[in-house]
Amino acid sequence: MPIVVKNLTHIYMPGTPFQSVALQDVNWTIEDGEFWGLIGHTGSGKSTLIQHLNGLLKPTSGEVIIDGVNINERGVNLREIRQKVGLVFQYPEHQLFEETVEKDVAFGPKNMDLPEEEIGRRVREALELVGLNYSEIKDRSPFELSGGQMRRVAIAGVLAMKPKVLILDEPTVGLDPRGRDEILREIVRLRERQNITVILVSHSMEDIAKLVDKIAVMHRGRMVDSGTPREIFRNYEGLSSIGLDIPQITHLMLRLKHQGKDVSTEVLTVEEAEAEILRAARRKGRA
Amino acid sequence: MAAEILAESVYYQYSQAKDLALKDINLRIQKGEFVAIIGPNGSGKSTLAKLFNGLFIPAKGSVRVDGLDTRDRENIWKIRQKAGMVFQNPDNQIVATVVEEDVAFGPENLGVPPEEIKKRVYEALKIVELTDFDQKAPHLLSGGQKQRVAIAGVIAMKPDYIILDEPTAMLDPVGRREVINTVKRLNREEGKTIVLITHFMEEAVQADRVIVMNRGRVVMEGTPREIFSRVEELKEIGLDVPQVTELAHRLKGRGLEVRGDILTIDEMVECLCPLL
Ligand SMILES: Nc1ncnc2c1ncn2[C@@H]1O[C@H](COP(=O)(O)OP(=O)(O)OP(=O)(O)O)[C@@H](O)[C@H]1O
Ligand SMILES: Nc1ncnc2c1ncn2[C@@H]1O[C@H](COP(=O)(O)OP(=O)(O)O)[C@@H](O)[C@H]1O
Ligand SMILES: [Mg+2]
Ligand SMILES: [Mg+2]
Repeated sequence: MPIVVKNLTHIYMPGTPFQSVALQDVNWTIEDGEFWGLIGHTGSGKSTLIQHLNGLLKPTSGEVIIDGVNINERGVNLREIRQKVGLVFQYPEHQLFEETVEKDVAFGPKNMDLPEEEIGRRVREALELVGLNYSEIKDRSPFELSGGQMRRVAIAGVLAMKPKVLILDEPTVGLDPRGRDEILREIVRLRERQNITVILVSHSMEDIAKLVDKIAVMHRGRMVDSGTPREIFRNYEGLSSIGLDIPQITHLMLRLKHQGKDVSTEVLTVEEAEAEILRAARRKGRA
Repeated sequence: MAAEILAESVYYQYSQAKDLALKDINLRIQKGEFVAIIGPNGSGKSTLAKLFNGLFIPAKGSVRVDGLDTRDRENIWKIRQKAGMVFQNPDNQIVATVVEEDVAFGPENLGVPPEEIKKRVYEALKIVELTDFDQKAPHLLSGGQKQRVAIAGVIAMKPDYIILDEPTAMLDPVGRREVINTVKRLNREEGKTIVLITHFMEEAVQADRVIVMNRGRVVMEGTPREIFSRVEELKEIGLDVPQVTELAHRLKGRGLEVRGDILTIDEMVECLCPLL
């Protein structure tokens, strides 16, 4: 189910003194199975944009077309869309509301009228996927968890619906490094196994560089650039002028290059840097 | 009177919880230090932070701030004034519709006279480099700017200790850099004692001392160089090291002559240049 965003503009509280143009004429096409990274400074419109992709927000003008259907037309079943396009909110505490973790994660699948057994299996599976111990955590209140634990429960709630398109709004905020890696690795695996489409909103240039096929860059409500990670992270000056950055490891390669060293600066991960530096050292007979 | 936060044999348990959130914590944070606390989710960092400023009281053991015991009710306001806290979500910390009023909120509650408040607000905004923003609406600021307003609000209370619980978690890269630079300046130029809780190892590297927590206990303590050279142990408990440290570690493993305790890009460049 490809998603096409056409000339999308969103204005919050139009016609009031608080009016704010959050999105302006955004065009974006997401093909099946693609893995997108969405980056941009705080307030650039990322969260507003993705909440349009499952009909939570309505465009002020423009269209969101999923599987050829304009989802804001009358008669479209938004509940069905939301089961297919799963959205993990930026603030997990806004997503949690049941009295136990188990009930909270079961909420989505219950609404899909699945058999009890299947629901139980999905809840257990989703909690383990996000690195939580099912039997230890299932009866606890989601509001009496640490920040990182809450975030994991919120992600599990969406995974349990097995969406076709998975959208994660800064899902690793507040997660410890292992949690970050585990959840991202799980998303990669999920995508490979079930061929789902993934959109990841993140401020971690390191994670984005490592994971996605394509990046879309937001700045003040406009989509100002899109391309492969290598294309996007080539432009350090441009990115830093709009509040963004390149991975630490790419910085290192740029610095070496400025020192006159013969190394490629198109390096996005620690593994690539390792190979590139070893190659350069060998040329000098140092390794 | 000791100028320090001192935790002795501290235990803490949430009323609903089966397990202890903190077990036998012994720590001393000395005035003027910049300490980073790292540790996996649920390891007790935020709980510890709330014990440091008397928001929570130990179940066993004691916490003293400049000699004042947090168990003694009479000390609580003095302690809260001495140890200010900044939290993760910039939007939840803003209370007023104009930056100036937001920063003035704390001292007003302390009953500071208006003239003095004005001065404090100005000074606090100057320290976080937002003097031109005093009449702006906080909700129109960037995430990094909002966090700096929150920090200014704490500074205006004139605390000696500033405890920041993941202050950069929700910020974009430039916002993160702004906040970390502000924190460092508070420490170096204003002499504030800093306790920074973070999941970003590149931030922890900038502290004088790193405390590592796991499952309610302090499991490592040392300079960033000591801590981050223990790559395997950190990974074992779910933590990480900065990308350049990881790279140095790998290159060393491949027989290249690099130090194993690299922490910053500068150090890595210096170390690699003779080899390339
Ligand atoms: N309000 C609460 N009621 C009961 N237990 C709680 C409460 N808040 C936290 N806990 C538990 O106390 C332990 C320590 O939590 P704490 O919030 O201090 O962790 P943390 O190190 O700050 O984690 P994070 O990195 O996720 O913020 C965890 O096991 C957590 O589940
Ligand atoms: N519920 C809302 N009401 C009014 N304005 C909003 C609301 N949510 C976001 N905005 C504004 O819309 C713009 C884009 O915000 P957002 O989509 O949250 O950006 P991002 O996710 O990139 O940080 C900002 O100027 C923000 O202040
Ligand atoms: Mg957002
Ligand atoms: Mg915490």
